[in-house]
Amino acid sequence: MSRVVVNVPATARRGEVIEIRTLAGHDMETGFRRTQLGELVPRNIITKLLCTYNGVEIFSADLHPAVAANPLIAFTTVATESGTLQFRWIGDNGYSATQTASITVV
Amino acid sequence: MVLACGSVLAGPAHAQLPPNIIALRKAALEEVIRKVTGGALVRPGRVKLDIPPLIENGNSVPLTVRVESSMTAADHVRAIHVFTEKNPQPNLISAHLGPRAGRATVSVRARIADTGLVIAIAQMSDGSYWSDSAQPVVTLSACLEDGLI
Repeated sequence: MSRVVVNVPATARRGEVIEIRTLAGHDMETGFRRTQLGELVPRNIITKLLCTYNGVEIFSADLHPAVAANPLIAFTTVATESGTLQFRWIGDNGYSATQTASITVV
Repeated sequence: MVLACGSVLAGPAHAQLPPNIIALRKAALEEVIRKVTGGALVRPGRVKLDIPPLIENGNSVPLTVRVESSMTAADHVRAIHVFTEKNPQPNLISAHLGPRAGRATVSVRARIADTGLVIAIAQMSDGSYWSDSAQPVVTLSACLEDGLI
């Protein structure tokens, strides 16, 4: 159904700044397009991305229709401890997707 | 069509939209910026907005915002907002980060409707606002047909 991918390094040194890339498969229908018959196609976008690191929120983003289809969002975090990163996407029409990634900090 | 393209190259960058819509878009942009900053002064600097100067396809434009900050608990970037002038809605993305980000960098792929201003605003933990802007030229709009209304 909803396909989401995250790219997190499997291992990192303590204190290292790691790059996290997230990609969600979604059309991001803007709500400004019309069909051939002139009807507006209703808006259907992802509105929020949340990222938690061992339960603590480290990043969130509010998305708007101006974000391209299949939104790719990259950000960074400090590798503090081994554990899991959880990603959650929330959108229109009850869209919700989650993904987890584990990281080992040495 | 050829004439229209010619006027874009020769005239000002906002030649693709009728003047009344330009005024509406400018007012909408100013309003959303005021909503984010609460009327605080937005100074240029400390922010670097990376966006290609020439965009062949406005449907997917890679852009990166970097902010100069030590990202410590005392001094960090709270949020990064990106706005576009010519889209039907000015908001693009609002990213909320904190000292745990390590570096204040956010990348995203955007839709850009037309040649016009793109602004990135960073909100610092001390309450100051910094910004950077770019004027990429868009050859294929993200909102073709009547998407520009």
